[in-house]
Amino acid sequence: MKSVAGKKNELKVLSIIMVFSFILMTILNPQEFLRTGNIQGMAFQLPELGILSLAMMVVMLTGGINLSIIATANIAGITSAMILTLPVAGGGDLSGGIILLSLIAGLAVAVLIGAINGILIAYIGVTPILATLGTMILVNGINIALTKGYVISGFPLPVRFIGNGTLLGIPFPLVVFLILAFFIALLLKRTAIGFNIYMYGSNKISTCFSGGNNNKIIMSTYIISGLLSGFAALVMISRFNSAKAGYGSSYLLVTILASVLGGISSEGGFGRVSGLVFALITLQIISSGLNLLRISSFMTIAIWGFVMILVMVVNYYIDRSRENVLRIVS
Amino acid sequence: MKRFLKTHEFCVFIVIIILSAAITLINPNFFTLENGLDLFKSYSFMGVLAIGILFVLISGGIDISFAATATIAEYVMAVVCLRFGGNIISALLIASGIGIALGAFNGLLISKFRIPPIIATIATMNLYYGLLIVVTGGKWIYALPDWFRYFADIRIFTLVSKTNTPYGLSVVTLFWIVITAAAYFILRFTMLGREIYALGGDINSAERVGFPVKRLQVFVYSFMGFIAGIAGVIQALLVQTVAPNSIVGKELDVIAAVVLGGASLSGGIGTVGGTILGVVLIAIVKNGMTLVKISAVWSDVVIGVVILISVGFSSWQQKKEQSKSNIDIDGIEVES
Repeated sequence: MKSVAGKKNELKVLSIIMVFSFILMTILNPQEFLRTGNIQGMAFQLPELGILSLAMMVVMLTGGINLSIIATANIAGITSAMILTLPVAGGGDLSGGIILLSLIAGLAVAVLIGAINGILIAYIGVTPILATLGTMILVNGINIALTKGYVISGFPLPVRFIGNGTLLGIPFPLVVFLILAFFIALLLKRTAIGFNIYMYGSNKISTCFSGGNNNKIIMSTYIISGLLSGFAALVMISRFNSAKAGYGSSYLLVTILASVLGGISSEGGFGRVSGLVFALITLQIISSGLNLLRISSFMTIAIWGFVMILVMVVNYYIDRSRENVLRIVS
Repeated sequence: MKRFLKTHEFCVFIVIIILSAAITLINPNFFTLENGLDLFKSYSFMGVLAIGILFVLISGGIDISFAATATIAEYVMAVVCLRFGGNIISALLIASGIGIALGAFNGLLISKFRIPPIIATIATMNLYYGLLIVVTGGKWIYALPDWFRYFADIRIFTLVSKTNTPYGLSVVTLFWIVITAAAYFILRFTMLGREIYALGGDINSAERVGFPVKRLQVFVYSFMGFIAGIAGVIQALLVQTVAPNSIVGKELDVIAAVVLGGASLSGGIGTVGGTILGVVLIAIVKNGMTLVKISAVWSDVVIGVVILISVGFSSWQQKKEQSKSNIDIDGIEVES
């Protein structure tokens, strides 16, 4: 049993880890780490991974997993990019209408992939890992077939603003991320869909018996996940000013890591957006800090793996001591 | 017999026959012994790994780290062979030893600390692979010892094709055959095999019946590691170079092949025969597409479609069976 107080504790631990890692990196690299350039760089890098992690998180709350988020993001990005670079569209000076259309088309494709996942899992009864593994391979294949492996690049200025612009000094992608995180937090906390997602993750049979429509819950979860991947795609193609089949494939496992670090239970039912945000900031601090120290990015990958194991082992001992306490009390 | 006709394995078998017939109609080169033996050689790497994953899936787990394990085993094996010499036996011993150690660590994390297998093995994959690249600097090894090269060219029997090129059953395929036979024996005729099925069927019941659940889990992941070590040697035999980044990234392809063969990710279901058919199906799709001159960019699309249709079909049937035997509750599976 995890009580509300327990959850509050977890957030406290996460924020302590975050502050600790910030102080550590500052001590290790006092001149460079606190530079505005570095802080701003971190703020530009975080949102992509952040939005993708949100997409992973909502699915993990239902006890599932979505391996197709990166593939979905790429197909959304490629769709937008193909419309934006249509020869008829003239390339450089596009009208606002076409730009908007291309972005909406990208999001629509992402929603479609999410819906396919949802149908496979809810109505056909495929396990989430398998269904999303299948769509991942399929969508990746479509991406390669569509682009023939080439990069589609050269977008108009307004599109490039999404990933590179600043709003009152705050990087615009960060604004996008914060808005999305706020909406997802609101959705999970204050709406029936959110309540049902947590319920389903805790116990799907009792959810069904208490009047939840399980199929609808799964459908909406995977559609939300797809939509979030679509938003991640917009930030991604705009930051790189290009779209390609393999972009961001290394993010997949990091999104799971961020979710697990952020206290989202991989069996479903528990976890909050605030925890995820703390975990993301911590990861970004560590990876930027290590990067400034000229440590190989593969060492960072190894450290991720180690941290993930450490967190799970610590969680195991915390859970066990809590169980012991409960046993003594009762 | 009637029960056999309804199995998943039989469906895959039919699909393979239809596909083979279609490909042969377009390109008769497909249905030759030469092409067949060649496929069995080049897919022995995937085939061996598939056997390991089958064990893990039957036990109700999953392993994402085996490609990293195989690479480490391959690399260390190559370095040791180059520095200290040795023969194929010592190479196999080194590689499988390393594989068992890394696999046992996975098993420990999963059984002792109750970390969900997918999370644990994603973590160890990152850990193993990251450290491998850091330690080796990502350097490739080209010059493998001569005896290693000669061993890879051994054929069990040799035939000569119409164009006077010799071909035959490669010794590499023999690895696959031996491991498959051993796996079949373990799963079918030993207590251990039945225990693994029981573990995947329902872990709580298995524990209450008195099976050593934790020890079984450690065994399954160590076995996966052992297989990954052997697969590492096979990869080195096949390509004769050792590249730290050539295998990692193919994990999901292998899992897909095993799933195509009817193994269930929720555990307790899966056969050695089905696993071979799954690998053969993937091999035929990829090879066939080349032979009928479909551009390689489409191969993932086709494989994705095949996987989705196959798992969709079998899940759909399972769901129908279940709703027949239970009260009809939409969207409920007993355990997933």
